[in-house]
Amino acid sequence: MTAVRVENVYKVFGRKPAEAVKRLKAGKTRDDVANLGTAAVIDASFEVAKGEIFVVMGLSGSGKSTLIRMLNGLWDPTSGHVYLGDDDLTAVDGAKLRKIRRERVSMVFQHFALLPHRSVIDNAAYPLEIQGVEREERRRRAQESLDMVGLSDWADSLPSQLSGGMRQRVGLARALAADTDILLMDEAFSALDPLIRREMQEQLLELQDKLGKTIIFITHDLNEAMHLGDRIAVMRDGQIVQIGSAEEILSDPANDYVAKFVADVDRTRVLTAASMMQAPQIKVTLGAGPRVAARELREAALPKSYVVDRKRVLRGVITSDNAVRAVKEGAETVAEYLEADYTSVHQDTPLAELFAPATESALPMAVTDDEGRLVGVIPRVTLLEAMAPSEAVEELTADADTVAPGDAVDTDTSTEGASA
Amino acid sequence: MIAAASDTGTFVPRLPFGDWIESFIDWLTATFDAFFDVVKTIFEGIYDGLDYVLNSPPFILVAVVLALIAFWAKGTKLAIGVLIGFIIIAGMDQWENAMDSLALVLLSAAVALLIGIPLGIWAARNDHVSRVLRPILDFMQTMPAFVYLIPTVVIFLTGPMPGIVATVIFALAPGVRFTELGIRQVDSEVVEAGRAFGSTDGRILRQIQIPLAMPTIMAGVNQVIMLSLSMVVISGMVGAGGLGNDVVAALQRVDVALGFEAGLSVVILAIFLDRVTSGLADRSPVAKALKAAR
Repeated sequence: MTAVRVENVYKVFGRKPAEAVKRLKAGKTRDDVANLGTAAVIDASFEVAKGEIFVVMGLSGSGKSTLIRMLNGLWDPTSGHVYLGDDDLTAVDGAKLRKIRRERVSMVFQHFALLPHRSVIDNAAYPLEIQGVEREERRRRAQESLDMVGLSDWADSLPSQLSGGMRQRVGLARALAADTDILLMDEAFSALDPLIRREMQEQLLELQDKLGKTIIFITHDLNEAMHLGDRIAVMRDGQIVQIGSAEEILSDPANDYVAKFVADVDRTRVLTAASMMQAPQIKVTLGAGPRVAARELREAALPKSYVVDRKRVLRGVITSDNAVRAVKEGAETVAEYLEADYTSVHQDTPLAELFAPATESALPMAVTDDEGRLVGVIPRVTLLEAMAPSEAVEELTADADTVAPGDAVDTDTSTEGASA
Repeated sequence: MIAAASDTGTFVPRLPFGDWIESFIDWLTATFDAFFDVVKTIFEGIYDGLDYVLNSPPFILVAVVLALIAFWAKGTKLAIGVLIGFIIIAGMDQWENAMDSLALVLLSAAVALLIGIPLGIWAARNDHVSRVLRPILDFMQTMPAFVYLIPTVVIFLTGPMPGIVATVIFALAPGVRFTELGIRQVDSEVVEAGRAFGSTDGRILRQIQIPLAMPTIMAGVNQVIMLSLSMVVISGMVGAGGLGNDVVAALQRVDVALGFEAGLSVVILAIFLDRVTSGLADRSPVAKALKAAR
């Protein structure tokens, strides 16, 4: 379901906004209309699904802050429509707009925007006060949202007594207290230290798991965008140049600008096991007899293989020695001869967290889904490749005799192949 | 009146600005005579009331109350200083005059603020208003202070009223300017937060803009009061009463002793008013909250 829909929105500040939009629509560029006004947002269209984290990413001056301010009517679009649910924000009157802001959409600000003369709990209760909730009730609900962000003990402090990260938690608690379905976050973590920022991102994701809000998050930090966003819109000079998941943007940038932008992103945080895994070269099914298993291993020239059951759930590892032993002992299946000497990771595990398990695993790491089914494997060389830029890997692989790209993988450590 | 000087001695013809203003004031006096009478009655009534409160009890009682106000606003040191200062004023036989002046200052400053703060708020929210007000305020502030006394005497004749009106006009500007500046300086993100959570403009003004602008507005209040005091002294020239009368009398008689005593009383009163109003500025919730950070 769509929570927010933006249709061909333009925002021009300056002397003749309408005329500027007319020319932009006729194909003129931002620079062409500079004498009529500043085109902050040009022809933006996107939809945000309910429960999604939608990140708008761009450098300063790209129009992202203007864009987010049109989603709750702080700015009116010069042209185009913004729908929250079924309501067209560009068509509602002032009273209705305030009602929408009170009940449906709240906001977290870059510099926190707290009231300095009010205690933390009164700040958190501010939206409820405007909603007309009576005092006892709003203090109770404000305390709840402070509990959620881990500020239970600071309710009676003043914002000025808190650190930056804590102040932004108050900002977040305030937005949560409003209990709206849509949460706008304008560079919410940009003013914080990197470590605190990281912590806040994790907290936001945790809260999102519980609350399932629709979040529109503005940032200039690509890593943050990739980490938080279910989908990301990249903005440049007022235009949205690409919308897609983190992986789509990384692996298939729409143009040179995006490609350059993502060049220095920390790929290990963005890429997940699923984006790197390959199909297992062979897998022995549990029901198969030991002879079949032994033959498959022999044909693939591999000493070991993963074994799955009929539902493809990963059950263990069969070595060629064990397979041969099972044949000798006349076993019906290989079930009794499995070893548990392997490492498996969930398909959503980020690349950064794959290195440690990879070093422990003799086999290529098994990748499983929610049901424990074997969906792929990750050979070590793939991990190394993902870390390094592609040219570097080519050099590396050209030099190294032991690793031939695109062919069978080094059999000391891996049995199941990566036919890349 | 100025018709005799019909030649300016240059190629520029004599511009009859003065005549225009004079006819305007004459017209004003004639047309709004009844209105001005009512205004005069009201203001003089308030002034008499204030003066009665300050001047009819024994001086030491009033001095102690004022010292207590100083204590509440700032602390012990100021309270003691104020008390000593007031005893010195009484010792120079200027107490009654000082209280007359104080009553004039309080009334004029209150009127100036009642006009100035709303104008400042309006100017802060409306660029057109701001653009129109700015040159008018500049004009009001730079016109030599006692020029205001002339038309007000024409309109209100005698008593404290001409002094009050001239003082209000003279002291109005900083009230407007500081209020506008204070509200415009409020962090735009905080105002946006108010709007983003669905607050009405009036509520944003009440709960966000005015409280956050309060330290600056209070600096304006301080300026208004100080300007009022200086103008109240000048309006001694038209017999507004208080310390100004003695200052003017001393000037006319070249009486050094009386001039010094009246002048010193003005200084003591000025210190009291300045320290108390700046003390009040520090007591606003926002100022206190910011201090708590350190």
